[in-house]
Amino acid sequence: MSIRVLQPGIQTTVQDLGRFGYQQYGVPVAGAMDPRSLKLANIILDNEPGEATLEITVTGPQLEFTEANYIALTGGDLGAVLDGRPVPRYEAVKVEAGQVLRFLGLRSGCRAYLAFAGGLDVPAVMGSRSTYMKAKIGGYEGRRLEAGDELRFRAPRPELAFAERRKLGIDFVPQKEYSLRVVWGPQDDHFTEAGRRTFCSEVYTVSAESDRMGCRLEGAVIEHQSGADIISDGIAMGAVQVPAAGLPIIMAADRQTTGGYPKIAAVISADFRYLGQLKGGDKVRFVPVTVEQAQNSRKLDEQYYRMIRAFLDRDRAMEYN
Amino acid sequence: MGDTALTVEFGDEISEAVSRAVRAYKIALERADLPGVVELVPTYRSLTVHYDPAVLSYHALRERLEALTDGLGDVELPPGRVLEIPVLYGGEAGPDLAFVAEHAGLSEEEVVRIHSSAEYLIYMLGFTPGFAYLGGMSERIAAPRLTQPRVRIPAGSVGIAGTQTGVYPIDSPGGWRLIGRTPMKMYDPHREPPILPEAGDYMKFYPVTQAEYDAILRDAEAGTCAVKTHAREEV
Repeated sequence: MSIRVLQPGIQTTVQDLGRFGYQQYGVPVAGAMDPRSLKLANIILDNEPGEATLEITVTGPQLEFTEANYIALTGGDLGAVLDGRPVPRYEAVKVEAGQVLRFLGLRSGCRAYLAFAGGLDVPAVMGSRSTYMKAKIGGYEGRRLEAGDELRFRAPRPELAFAERRKLGIDFVPQKEYSLRVVWGPQDDHFTEAGRRTFCSEVYTVSAESDRMGCRLEGAVIEHQSGADIISDGIAMGAVQVPAAGLPIIMAADRQTTGGYPKIAAVISADFRYLGQLKGGDKVRFVPVTVEQAQNSRKLDEQYYRMIRAFLDRDRAMEYN
Repeated sequence: MGDTALTVEFGDEISEAVSRAVRAYKIALERADLPGVVELVPTYRSLTVHYDPAVLSYHALRERLEALTDGLGDVELPPGRVLEIPVLYGGEAGPDLAFVAEHAGLSEEEVVRIHSSAEYLIYMLGFTPGFAYLGGMSERIAAPRLTQPRVRIPAGSVGIAGTQTGVYPIDSPGGWRLIGRTPMKMYDPHREPPILPEAGDYMKFYPVTQAEYDAILRDAEAGTCAVKTHAREEV
């Protein structure tokens, strides 16, 4: 055993980048709501970018370490303290057996990602360690953590080379109003011209009923052309469904694989970093871009991950020269 | 859809012809084995292609997909598999069988005979892991949903909603009229393959007795129970 859960927090689950390959059988992808923060936490610790982490929502857990290791904390600021001392975010932090990690309260964003050098020892189910709570699969017994649970590191590295230099600037910065870039379609033609204009000019407020399945928005009603039902088709992360009531729902990590509401547009993958950090009361606006722009942004992200990995490994590279 | 998925549409209706077109396209695309394609999700009328934009651009994918459309006539569809699914009808396993019979003006035996005589096309899976949307049920045994959905329906329950029929693969809430239960595990995350039905297959139910149900259930729980299938004869 490596970690004892003293208090679980509202919703703390094991997540990696998701369960791909089974959507045609109706199995949702799940995975991190903010995949960028998950990747950065892992890269800081020299893990594979998609290693399983803890996704911590709003109110953090109390975790007692029973084994030394390095950890990294990214994403929203939940006020983490280790034995009472603030834990710096976006850098490798040593934890010793007996130390307790707690979270004092939400300061920014909605979700923090807690990665462990060498990852977590939970079984992969259908190729992924992500928790999908509805079907009770993946992660820790298919559910959120509870007090008394005991987690194990998979391959802890209590000695991490040049650990004190493995740090990045704060990457997640909260915004007064989040601009989410979207690509139109596939069913933008199910809406009136006025409806499409509403969608990309109004500011929407995130509803408190949002969860890992979808981010519900409140604000101006988007007008359909004729009816809000389509014959079901596939749904991707970020797809913006508009049911009959006219209020958009951004489909998130635990989305169903197919659905029968028209999708006016879809948030681009480079902006999932914000989608995963939205909480009740946040303001969002949709900004249409072309699919080329979306894919360029995504390529820049991938370049950035490669660049920071090289940067963090700089000392080791020098040593080998 | 965004920069990570693309949906190819084949029609705007639920029909076997559209479903066949979706299946042919899926098979052609699987054979093409394009780098960067993550997975394919067939539905009643479309195929969603999830892809990795870091490997495959939208335009490159679109070009390949359009080129595939031209060669579609050459794709020979393999004959559909028919999954044979044992069902214990009525009683505790199917508390709504009496309602469905009364609603249809038939005896319970006739409802069972009609329900278990057709081969139902699996159009798609969705809703929950392993939930198959089946087509082709006789309108004679159609029945409205419950006005108040049940909070928990046990896995394996076989139900009717309108002219649809289906099997609940996991315990879930639901409003379908339950006419029976199968001991087969439609979904088991720790089995390979985890999910029995596949879009394009057919499902045929056959009635079993309580004793047969218990025996199959024991085998299913021990993991020694393989689903019986046969190739469908084209009609």
